[in-house]
Amino acid sequence: MNEEMKKIRDTLKKDLDQVQTMAEANDLRVKYLGKKGLITDLTKDMGNKSVEEKKALGKASNELKNEVTEKINQLIETLKEKELEARLKKDKIDPTLPATTIPVGGVHPLTRITEEVEDLFISMGYDVVSGPEVEDDLHNFQLLNVPKNHPARDAQDTFYITEELLLRSQTSPVQARTMLKTEDKAPLRIICPGKVYRRDDDDATHSHQFNQIEGLVVGENISLADLKGTLEVFAKKMFGEERKVRFRPSFFPFTEPSYEVDVSCFKCGGKGCNICKGTGWIEILGSGMVHPNVLRDCGYDPEKYTGFAFGLGIERVAMLRYGITDIRDFYTNDLRFLKNYNRMEGDK
Amino acid sequence: MKLSRKFLDDYVNTHGISNEELAEKMTGVGNEYDSITPLSSATNLTIGYVTSCIDHPDSDHLHVCQVEIKKGEVNQIVCGAPNVAKGQKVIVALPGATLPGGIEIKKSVIRGQESNGMICSLGELGIESKYQSEEDKTGIHVLPEDAEVGDEPLKYLGFDDTSIDFELTSNRGDLLSIIGMAYEVGAILDEKVTLKEDAIKKEIDDIKNYVKVNVQTENCPLYLARMVKNVTIKESPRWLKARLMASGIRPINNVVDISNYVMLETGQPLHFFDYKTLGNEIIIRMAEDNEHITTLDKQERILSNKDIVIANREHAVALAGVMGGLNSEVEQDTKDIVIESAIFNPVNIRLTSKRILRSEASNRFEKGLDPNRTYYAIDRACQLLETLADGEVVKGMQVHDKSNREDTTIEITQKKINNVLGMELTNKEISDVFRRLDFAFKETKGVFQVTVPSRRIDIHIPEDLIEEVGRIHGIDNVQGTLPVGTGKPGKYEKNYEKEKQIRHRLLSLGLNQVWTYTLTSKEHLNEFTNDKFMPIELLDPMLEDKKYLRYSLIPSLYQVASYNLSRKVTDIQIHEISKVYYLEDGKVVEKPVLAGLLTGVATNNRWLHQTINVDFYYVKGIVENLLNYLGLTNRYQFEVGDLPKEYHPYQSALIKVDRNPIGTIGMIHPSISKTPIYVFEIDLSKIYDIEIRPIKDKEISKYPSISKDVAFAFDESIIAQEVLATIQKAGGRLLQHIDVFDVYQGENIEEGKKSIAFNLTFMDNNRTLTEDEVMEIFNKIIEKVTKEHHGELRDK
Repeated sequence: MNEEMKKIRDTLKKDLDQVQTMAEANDLRVKYLGKKGLITDLTKDMGNKSVEEKKALGKASNELKNEVTEKINQLIETLKEKELEARLKKDKIDPTLPATTIPVGGVHPLTRITEEVEDLFISMGYDVVSGPEVEDDLHNFQLLNVPKNHPARDAQDTFYITEELLLRSQTSPVQARTMLKTEDKAPLRIICPGKVYRRDDDDATHSHQFNQIEGLVVGENISLADLKGTLEVFAKKMFGEERKVRFRPSFFPFTEPSYEVDVSCFKCGGKGCNICKGTGWIEILGSGMVHPNVLRDCGYDPEKYTGFAFGLGIERVAMLRYGITDIRDFYTNDLRFLKNYNRMEGDK
Repeated sequence: MKLSRKFLDDYVNTHGISNEELAEKMTGVGNEYDSITPLSSATNLTIGYVTSCIDHPDSDHLHVCQVEIKKGEVNQIVCGAPNVAKGQKVIVALPGATLPGGIEIKKSVIRGQESNGMICSLGELGIESKYQSEEDKTGIHVLPEDAEVGDEPLKYLGFDDTSIDFELTSNRGDLLSIIGMAYEVGAILDEKVTLKEDAIKKEIDDIKNYVKVNVQTENCPLYLARMVKNVTIKESPRWLKARLMASGIRPINNVVDISNYVMLETGQPLHFFDYKTLGNEIIIRMAEDNEHITTLDKQERILSNKDIVIANREHAVALAGVMGGLNSEVEQDTKDIVIESAIFNPVNIRLTSKRILRSEASNRFEKGLDPNRTYYAIDRACQLLETLADGEVVKGMQVHDKSNREDTTIEITQKKINNVLGMELTNKEISDVFRRLDFAFKETKGVFQVTVPSRRIDIHIPEDLIEEVGRIHGIDNVQGTLPVGTGKPGKYEKNYEKEKQIRHRLLSLGLNQVWTYTLTSKEHLNEFTNDKFMPIELLDPMLEDKKYLRYSLIPSLYQVASYNLSRKVTDIQIHEISKVYYLEDGKVVEKPVLAGLLTGVATNNRWLHQTINVDFYYVKGIVENLLNYLGLTNRYQFEVGDLPKEYHPYQSALIKVDRNPIGTIGMIHPSISKTPIYVFEIDLSKIYDIEIRPIKDKEISKYPSISKDVAFAFDESIIAQEVLATIQKAGGRLLQHIDVFDVYQGENIEEGKKSIAFNLTFMDNNRTLTEDEVMEIFNKIIEKVTKEHHGELRDK
């Protein structure tokens, strides 16, 4: 390496330190490595040199060229990174500022409960069927073993449209309709969710319109034990694995025997609290073995078939599950109320 | 049914179990209780004797009394009652006593005078005012002479009783009697029932000489009449009054009280006529239309031929099964009484009482009665009138009996019982239940012949006996099982499934789901529709605003919006899928409908100044998105047309699928809502019927597309849809997409004109298009639009 080369090297060192921008770096590349650059200049007067000298000079200048190239490239890399960093910094945001609101709809709590029940029973082989809300006396009462002027009609004070037409007071008529419609009188397994109507003044615990889910299983050798087992599955799914069910004898004209069903209190676990009014049990539904008159009137031979039926109030289940104290909240649809139900549920 | 515990204990040994335990046990067999209420909850009382009573020196109404509270012990008590006087036997609450309402009695000094206790009124003991005499209501209760100083006054008065209020199921009419309750409790506790068998001591004369019974209607299968002469009307004995009070019935006088007492005891309502005003013939007949009767409560009732009346030769004297007539009422001077014990057709009684008035009697007639009890009750009444009213019982009874008094025999097998209950009960366990219920039965090899006594009018079929076994034996040990599988998967009804999918799509589009009421007012019934329809109206509405079944969901959604807006919830996006109702050719149609309502801000970031407000096109976007989801892409249109007057006339459209109207969309008329609110409603029954092609994979073009922009000036009344249709038609297969990217009026555009700019995308799935062929189509489009819509080419 000759003096000239050493000088280039020294100058480069100073020049590298001075460079701030990519433009300057490019200028530097031209200054040293360009066609008229300092390194090219070194081999300009090669004509006067001996072969030996040429060889030595060529080698040395090549080495220098490589060295300079590498240093300038290094510099460019560093500058690129710096420039990127500077550019990104300009994009800097404050992630703690408020988000953009995205519209998203929430399912109504009543639908939420209904769908959960539907999913459970579909998984057990039940069909989900529906029926008319404007019913006739025949299906709403008579086929369910409630003849005209039967005292049991008092319990369900009904909205009449004509002498024969009414707003159904229960989802049970769908049972009768489905049994009548089943031509081969094959075993049945259905649930029937839907709106029902009763002449009640609306207050915190009464609503002239509410929802029921009716369940019906008809087959050979269907027993009360099957009803109990089915409702145990239901209670565990809706109110938690630890739940137990209790049957209390009751009376419904369309079932015999009939039972009110209680579930062990999911708040206190049965010790007694304000939810279960100290009893450890909460009444959730009515059920029983299908009355032979109902089977017979709907075309099923009560000697061959037995069945069970149950009916539950969706509002009641939702109120219990979420601690809602006023049934009217479901129908007022305050969006602040609905918003509370617009998310996944935790474990029960 | 209010059950007096002491009344019950007269008939069955309950071994002193607590009222709570008894109520729980009854609930356990299906007779739910509502409350347990002692007649009085006062404690630490005694019977006192007022030995002196002087006016309080520092008061104008208080008295200072010396009261002997037990032999040889006298307390000074200050008393404010106006009727307190020396020589009275009174009820004293001693220091330490607690009275109803949580009042505690302490030793005290009242205006300088020591007072060790309180002399009580019945009200202070917690006795309801309906059971108190006028004198009792204004002062302390004065006990009869025979009350012993130092005794417990509640016990003396028979007030040491408790009512358990049961909510009975409608099939158990037999439990509307103490005897019925006794059999039920007897079955639970495995105890025998003891009936009162007190016989009539003396009978005189013959009923035939006084009255005959003439039943003229089939609606009275059983009518019995007896007579008691020369009764003395007076106050009932204390125990009788207390039994009535604990059963919720107000004591009147001995005769009236006996009729109520026997009804409570036997469940058989009785009626007592004054022979003087009744006359010598009792006619049981149907009322005539518009026949009038004034009932005991002094109300004039207008009857129909569905009502049964009791009459003499002149006029009706009682509304059968419901209430007596004023004209034959037992009065203070009544001497001779005719007793009626009967059974009427429950349906008639139910209709009459529903229309006219519900009474303790009608409630029992409606639920059905045991004819054997009808006989028992009339003799029991005679015996009590003889004992408690000094009456002379007339021999014999007038009888009209078409009833069936036989017990029913039902056969049931052990196997059937176990099959239905899913249990494994032994014959012994089943026999035990029938024995405890006091049902006679024979058992041979698991076959039971059970004789059900006539008192159990609710038991007719083998299943009823299965229920009894379940009730009395208990089913807590039943092990839950699941019905044997059918091997079929469960499924949704077809349209029910579609509804669910639509709902979930709308939720994902941001529309909260709401539930509103079906019933609506006349005013709302016809809103948001131009349809001429036959509405469905309730026969017996409870409220004017809930009189009709709704025909549109929008008024309901608007109510929800108003509710929220008035609570400063201004960003509202809601939907509901529900049925609407109307009559068509006399038949009820229930039509599934979807409605949506949006107002306020759809998406927002205020500090970024990025706000999308809900407007017509946002709502249209939601509807289009749904229709695309339903597989109806390219099959729907939004058309300007005749919309219901509740819509903004220039911001609304008909929604059509395959050219058929399926719904409406638009802004609510500003005269209805100042806040801009947008709604839509779609008849889902029309959507459900449309056939939709299944999804098939589509090749995505590998070849580049060519894009062209063009703008025209049109007359400002131009409808975009029409131009788009022309462009699509002229563009043909290769025109894959049309977008509107500008709509403009103003500078550089002639007055009355509107500029619309389109972006057109051309593409072929199989090759690269050439500029020339695209230009050829493009020029054809320009030509057609210019010609057909008088579009003036502005830019391309």
